[in-house]
Amino acid sequence: MADIALAAPPAATRLTREEAGFARRELTRRRLVAFGLVAPLLIFIGFAFFAPITTMLHRSVYNPTVVELIPDTLTVLEAWSGEGTPAPEILTSMAVDLKRLANERTSGKLAEELNRGLPGTSSLVKSTARKLRRAEDAALATDGATLLLDANPKWAEPELWQTVRKVGRTYTDTYFLTALDLERDAAGSIGARQSARIYVQLYTKTLRIALVITVLTLLLGYPLSYCLANAPARTANILMVFVLLPFWTSLLVRTTSWIALLQTNGVVNSVLMSIGITSEPLEMMFTEFATIVAMTHILLPFMVLPLYSVMRGIDPSYMRAALSLGSSPIPAFIRVYFPMTLPGLSAGALLVFIISVGYYITPALVGGTDGQMISNIIAFHMQQSNNWELAAALGSLLLLLIIGLYWVYDRLVGADNIKLG
Amino acid sequence: MSEFPAYFTIWHKIGIYALRFTAAAVLFFLILPILVIIPLSFNSQPYFTFTEGMLSFEASAYSLRWYHAILENPNWILAIKNSFIIGFFATIVATVLGTIAAVGLASPDMPMKRVITALLLSPMIVPLIIIAAGMFFFYTRFNLVGTFPGLVIAHAALGVPFVIVTVTATLSGFDRSLYNAGLSLGAGPLRTFMDVVLPLIRPGVISGGLFAFVTSFDEVVLVLFLAGPDQRTIPRQMFSGLREQINPTILAVATLLVIVSVCMLVTLELLRRRSERLRGVA
Repeated sequence: MADIALAAPPAATRLTREEAGFARRELTRRRLVAFGLVAPLLIFIGFAFFAPITTMLHRSVYNPTVVELIPDTLTVLEAWSGEGTPAPEILTSMAVDLKRLANERTSGKLAEELNRGLPGTSSLVKSTARKLRRAEDAALATDGATLLLDANPKWAEPELWQTVRKVGRTYTDTYFLTALDLERDAAGSIGARQSARIYVQLYTKTLRIALVITVLTLLLGYPLSYCLANAPARTANILMVFVLLPFWTSLLVRTTSWIALLQTNGVVNSVLMSIGITSEPLEMMFTEFATIVAMTHILLPFMVLPLYSVMRGIDPSYMRAALSLGSSPIPAFIRVYFPMTLPGLSAGALLVFIISVGYYITPALVGGTDGQMISNIIAFHMQQSNNWELAAALGSLLLLLIIGLYWVYDRLVGADNIKLG
Repeated sequence: MSEFPAYFTIWHKIGIYALRFTAAAVLFFLILPILVIIPLSFNSQPYFTFTEGMLSFEASAYSLRWYHAILENPNWILAIKNSFIIGFFATIVATVLGTIAAVGLASPDMPMKRVITALLLSPMIVPLIIIAAGMFFFYTRFNLVGTFPGLVIAHAALGVPFVIVTVTATLSGFDRSLYNAGLSLGAGPLRTFMDVVLPLIRPGVISGGLFAFVTSFDEVVLVLFLAGPDQRTIPRQMFSGLREQINPTILAVATLLVIVSVCMLVTLELLRRRSERLRGVA
């Protein structure tokens, strides 16, 4: 179509209005057919993949638990100024809610949520709920405030009620602040968190490990790709098996081999000790070192394959020309060969970096405590601490990072240029 | 040293040998961890390392007991069965939807091609842990967590990008005039696709399907989050084995998986050659 538009046909061959309409309708029809072919997959991916991702993003700011547990108290609490002990009817409402929760056996949930906002609150909520469980409904309705304060005088403290109000919001930025090691103080201004600042550090560490792995795969992959690309085709095809076999071998198999190699009584230690390099076995398993070595091995093919395919296409006569014109090998390499390999290099490096930033399995199995990455802490909050909102917030930040990198990749390499094998 | 041109200095030659040595060392680094587990899986002792007897090649140090252990353990049998069931259905879903979509994407009239391609390929890039968490939240609403359909859908979504990439690559060498010829000879679009286009792009479709299958077969993060005890797969079983009680059964399974990947590799190479022949490249 572009050619026709550019050629600017003479007046005699211009389409009549009717013909132009026909062409337009035909084009629309073809577009619809093409789109119709893609549509089923778009719907499928929308349901199977994008809806889950959206749910996770939503989950990171959405926290309905407390609102569902004590809706009435939160409604009346809106009238509170934020200073001093709230009015008796607010306390009464809380007492009624706590009794109901105690009977439904869900007071533990509230205790957990409040404890996240103000550490030490868990036992207060649980013990009060236990005491109020036996209270008469009539007594609660008239005298709930007194009963609540009798159960524990801490219910008079404004700090506690500020926490109730804070965790009682349906939409909250608390989890994002936590994920960035920030917190909101009583006055509502944002500052660095006083306790346990771990997440920013963990993000930095994840990026550092990913960078180290990218550099290592580059240092190992570049000479290998160069030799493969300049070897005779037959030799190169045979040697490529050494790259492709690991690429096709299950991730868990490769992680298993590294466990067999690196553990205290493992193959590497036996070899080192038998040739006398070390007398004591080295502790290599469950360290950051193990994570880096195993991941470098696993991701190396992702670097070699794009580099190799770019290098294969470089005409060797460029280098020969540079050398025969009197250049030394190293300047010739830097000024002639290296710039031509940049497309493959950037594709490989970005791919390795993107994959390693989000890696979970290998660090979980060989990393111990100091080889853990951001994915592992997300899994921890999903499975062990059950803080799904924080897991979602940490995941959203990771996703943002990946989208940024993917965008760079798309700009530099083009997402549709991804090649396999 | 006649293989080098006359203008090469001695340093250049040394440099080339050093480079070849480095490349050989890297190849060794790549393949050694895969090869080392094969002899270890025949260990007669419950260790993850070479015993004295193995190093001196005593027959008694080698045995098939860990291979028997796989067959005797109902958990492994269930895991192997599940891996194939989930992998099979996920591959079918991903390959059918992915191939149809790739045909649409290859059409010059496809609107918003770049954006849609980037969207469809994104499951390949997003970290599995994020996908797993999101799917756990979302699939719970449809009671898909802990079910086979849930895992099939999840794995199909992961496999789709690979099908798109391989089929698109094959279609880029496809001569559209063959499609037009089919139409002009009176076949409908569907018939033309089935009789003309599909046979020519079949190698790409099959290798895309293989990629999708391997993706599902090897996947463990989504299984960790979405599967119940009835849906545990081989990688899931290996993962818990490596975490809880390490024993050489895992090495025996790993060896079998290496054999599977060798078969995959050979199949793909044959498909690639066939595809090149069909396109008239080779």
